[in-house]
Amino acid sequence: MRDFFSRTLQTTIVFLVIGGVMALALGGFFGSASNLFSGSMVSVQDWMSSRYIAIQEFLRAPRDMVVLRQRNAELEAEISRLQTQMIELQQQVAETQILSALVDFSRANPENTYMAAAVIGRDPSPFLHYVIINRGSSDGVLSGMPVVTNQGLVGRIDAVIADAARVQLITDPGSVVNIRLQNSETEALLAGSVTGDLALEMIPQDITIEPNDIVLTSGLGGGFPPDLIVGQVQNVRQRDYELFQIASVQTVVDFSRLEIVLVITNFRPVDIAPLAPETTP
Amino acid sequence: MHPWRLKQRPDMRNVIAIPVLILIVILQSAIVSRITLLSGSADLLLIVLAAWALQEQVDSSWHWAIFGGALIGFMSRLPWIIPLTAYLLEVLMAQILRKRVWQAPLLAMFTIIVFGTLVYHLMALLVLNLSGTRILLGEAIRVVSLPSILLNMLLAIPIYALVRDFANWLYPTAESI
Repeated sequence: MRDFFSRTLQTTIVFLVIGGVMALALGGFFGSASNLFSGSMVSVQDWMSSRYIAIQEFLRAPRDMVVLRQRNAELEAEISRLQTQMIELQQQVAETQILSALVDFSRANPENTYMAAAVIGRDPSPFLHYVIINRGSSDGVLSGMPVVTNQGLVGRIDAVIADAARVQLITDPGSVVNIRLQNSETEALLAGSVTGDLALEMIPQDITIEPNDIVLTSGLGGGFPPDLIVGQVQNVRQRDYELFQIASVQTVVDFSRLEIVLVITNFRPVDIAPLAPETTP
Repeated sequence: MHPWRLKQRPDMRNVIAIPVLILIVILQSAIVSRITLLSGSADLLLIVLAAWALQEQVDSSWHWAIFGGALIGFMSRLPWIIPLTAYLLEVLMAQILRKRVWQAPLLAMFTIIVFGTLVYHLMALLVLNLSGTRILLGEAIRVVSLPSILLNMLLAIPIYALVRDFANWLYPTAESI
């Protein structure tokens, strides 16, 4: 019985002391000691926590790397797919723009019937300026038909097979086109060259030619319909001791980047060879 | 097909020339001819034929030259006899050089490409001028032939390596096995 009272008294005293200390602490009487204690606690906890997180990161890192690499590969594949799609769309946009321009051109020139064709190749010989298009005799393409773009004359069909045709460009060294100058109403010959430059030949010396004069097909010889735009005079070379003047012509058509062309299908070239005078030896 | 099987049937190895040469001519027309330096462009078939004819174990280079020349002749405006003759001459040149400079195949390759291109272009120029197309020799050499030779030489090394591997696959030698 005595022991019981003694232990109860001790417990009561301990609680009272703790309660008193807490009351004093809450009352701000142990401020500096409390700060020191809590600061130490926080420092220890901070150190423990940071070490734990570091160890956890270390243990989890390999698994995350695998996941990240996998994710990275997926994203790279997605980027590649989107880039491919973007290139395809850009190509479609460019093709649509070309086709749109060609449609405008055919509407502006309703006297002719056109057939669009894609350029699928070039002559393997660098001396010759020929392109291959993806339309042939099965589409109604015939040898001699003129080929144009919305920017001007391109050439004429040289050879045809069932599904393709070969076009001789006006820049070919073997090409000669009868033309007329719009401003001076003069006729001349437009000849190609191995470099792709175009030159006007057979212009009489007494004709005045100015740079920027428009060059059109004359229709003479029956090889091309008249009044197709060919280009503009760039510069003129006139020498007193020569029989004719020579002028260089700048075309708007970029022959190195031909993609889609129009074949004029309602024009039939006239073969005037039987009318040419025979040369007797 | 495994090369051993091909070796047992030599005819099949020559048949492979058909799709390979058709592919080369398509590549030439669709892509290589569009890549120009001045007015010159590389001749893929000429380079492949030079590399093919220089391979020791290959015995079908004449067939390749005939078929390739005929294909180019069909596609080009040039008379078919010009590419055919030019490629046959090139193979003949390669056969001669293969025996004489066998220790330096790349040197032989460059020699064949330079002279092969020149011979081909001179023949083409001659025929075009005879047929009424005016092309000045000096200008043609300057703006077409010399740039073409340069482009051909640039492509020579990678194509030689590819053709050598292809020849080793098609005609396996004791060393490669």
